[in-house]
Amino acid sequence: MSEAALSPTDELAQRFARIYEREAILEVRGLGKQFATAGGTVQALRDVSFKVHRRELVCVIGPSGCGKSTLIRILAGLETLSSGQVLVDGKPVSGPGRDRGMVFQGYSLFPWLTVKRNVMFGPEMSGHPHNVAEGMARQWLELVGLSEFADAYPHQLSGGMRQRVAIARALVNEPRILLMDEPFGALDAQTRAKMQSHLLDIWKNLDITVLFITHDLDEAIYLADRILVLKAHPGEVQEIVEVPVPRPRSPAQFSSEAFRATRAHIEALIHPPVVHSLESEEEPAPASQMIRFTAVDDNVE
Amino acid sequence: MKVRNIASFLLPLLVWCLVSYVPFVWHPKVEVQEPGAVEYFQPGMLIDRADFEREAADMAQQQLALPTGLPANPIYLPAPHQVLRALVTSFAAVPEQKDAPRLHQSLWHSIQIILWGFLLSSAIGVPLGILCGTYRNVGRLSEPFIEFFRYLPAPAFCALAVAVLGIYDGPKIAIIVIGTLFQQVLIIANTTRKLEITLLEAARTLGTRGVRLITRVVLPGILPDLYRDQRILLGWAWTYLIVAELIGTSSGITFFITQQARYQHFDNVYAAMLIIGVIGFGSDVLLARLGKWLFPWDRTQERT
Repeated sequence: MSEAALSPTDELAQRFARIYEREAILEVRGLGKQFATAGGTVQALRDVSFKVHRRELVCVIGPSGCGKSTLIRILAGLETLSSGQVLVDGKPVSGPGRDRGMVFQGYSLFPWLTVKRNVMFGPEMSGHPHNVAEGMARQWLELVGLSEFADAYPHQLSGGMRQRVAIARALVNEPRILLMDEPFGALDAQTRAKMQSHLLDIWKNLDITVLFITHDLDEAIYLADRILVLKAHPGEVQEIVEVPVPRPRSPAQFSSEAFRATRAHIEALIHPPVVHSLESEEEPAPASQMIRFTAVDDNVE
Repeated sequence: MKVRNIASFLLPLLVWCLVSYVPFVWHPKVEVQEPGAVEYFQPGMLIDRADFEREAADMAQQQLALPTGLPANPIYLPAPHQVLRALVTSFAAVPEQKDAPRLHQSLWHSIQIILWGFLLSSAIGVPLGILCGTYRNVGRLSEPFIEFFRYLPAPAFCALAVAVLGIYDGPKIAIIVIGTLFQQVLIIANTTRKLEITLLEAARTLGTRGVRLITRVVLPGILPDLYRDQRILLGWAWTYLIVAELIGTSSGITFFITQQARYQHFDNVYAAMLIIGVIGFGSDVLLARLGKWLFPWDRTQERT
């Protein structure tokens, strides 16, 4: 049976079957996290379980306060878990490690190092000699297209370029999984769109598994094979959505049937909070009658 | 910018010139030129203007020779040119007593005291401050006591320092260390705590552990701010110099100043004060320049 003869649903089922056949790189089992605060213990995450397979791109989405940042910080080993297990390649992990690369939202580049030295940081930490580390850094800078900025300092780069350096710096360690905590959240819309395609390019060409946290629904659907939808208070897995939008992805698909259907489905899941910008809490409404501070005849409309 | 920098020095100088050279501005004294018939007047004597006028009127009434004099300022406010002359001669001139140190010797002695005190203080204060700022437990263990200790005024330790360390340079250096160290630990601990936590986390996910977190991340991360703190603290150390040099055997620039003041050589006193100011300000400007060159990634250096 040729692939062209398959119906869309069969094709989709086959695509995911192929993904699930691959070994699980990351497995989270019954993960829970409690914080002790002045007002008592707060359950941030409860019984979160999921698997990420090799070369899969999984996005995590949820309303603010659902603990998605806490989740990725636990996976990175930057925070301890209260219960459950995190397995990378079947082995439980504790504390940060080179097998899990992390890209942060904020500017996490070392400001005192040039772009090249930033990327060399990981290899140097793992004991590679200077010239080997330098060669690796050059190679990865070329991959993210920043070779000519090798000797610039981070403050001389734009926000998008900084995040590309951060990606190169994480990837040079050849981690099993790349954890990305809203990496494009601080970028303007245009740069963000470019970075999303760039990330897909990188992901396509490398043996890399990605777990990507975002609060942007379009970004999640555009990037992900599957989307882990969390709900808040406490953070629990609400559903793991298989994204039916076919690959290779392009921005043209934003208006496709499959894209809009997935969007509507996840929006419904995350409701009742405000749908479009999940981060914004209830904003106070502006006054209906505004006091006029200009002359009466000074009309702009 | 440059013009205003220079103007900020020219303005006070202008005021000083006004007061010194324009006879009707202030000048509460009269310098006697010819004593005339006033018995106790001598040429060069400084007399209150009211007294001078009364004596002059007295002489006029008695039809005796009138004293003459020029308006003058009190001895403690020499004119700029006098200070300038003192500045030149104080380096060139040999002091009247044979064993008294020359100005540049006094100065060099003072600078040595400052540098040793500051070096010693930094050798303890910088590592301790960084440890306090990095490890919460070290901070909790040491900072409350340091906080308490820094309120004990350094001059209060003078007698103790002499009793323990003798009368020569030891206690002087100790006073500067006591005056600087405790502030230093707290300031540097604070600076260390302000390091972006994401940088440490990023380093940890890249495989950095233990001591290398301090040497490869904390230290380079805080270095520009640490450098700025040290610049401010060096100025701090200078303020303790005056106290330090008064204990035990008097020495250094302070000794020079008190000695000259005792003989009412106020031009020399001002010259010495000026030199301290120039050295302090000059070294700070130099260090600021050096900072810009050392830390090209730190844009806040350019604003100082």
